Amino acid sequence: MEEQIKESGDWAARVNRNTLRLGYCTGAWLVTTAVATFGPQFIWHDNTLLTAIAIFINLGVGFVTIAANKHHLQSLDEMQQKIQLEAMALSLGVGFVCGLSYSLLDQSNLIAADAEISHLILLMGLTYFAGMVVGNRRYR
Amino acid sequence: MKNRLKVLRAERDWTQADLAAALEVSRQTINAIEKGKFDPSLPLAFKAARLFNMSIEDIFQDEAAA
Repeated sequence: MEEQIKESGDWAARVNRNTLRLGYCTGAWLVTTAVATFGPQFIWHDNTLLTAIAIFINLGVGFVTIAANKHHLQSLDEMQQKIQLEAMALSLGVGFVCGLSYSLLDQSNLIAADAEISHLILLMGLTYFAGMVVGNRRYR
Repeated sequence: MKNRLKVLRAERDWTQADLAAALEVSRQTINAIEKGKFDPSLPLAFKAARLFNMSIEDIFQDEAAA
């Protein structure tokens, strides 16, 4: 038993490490997104080269974040993976269906404002969060 | 699916955290399995059987077959 708990200590430490790494990557991605969004206007005054560099750095950090998320998911136990899967399926489904309808509403001029990708990301984020809350409550 | 995890754990005076640590899952997962809210995979069931030195059937019972 002690040996198994010791091995499991490694598992728990690995989960914590991967969660922390995902947190750092997400934070870095957020910062690079903010720099790429506001930099052209407030820092380098529309220099095209610097804007392109900022966007490519943001893209690179984004891919690192995807890899970190994959490692994080793989390190979770099977019930946690199931909760994540259900939340992500809900988020993807709602994002896909509502995103398409939102785009159609914009194309047919049934809404006054232009369809913004940020609205879709916000919707998917909130749906994922709701899915995680519901999933964690279901197995509590 | 019914299981005897709670009883077996209590017989050995282990906490949910102890069992979770031994099976390399979270304490919430052990709680959900004990309450019958989550059915473990076959590899996890085998791992539990090895830990308790029993067969899978001695720990987990199919309610439909009972």
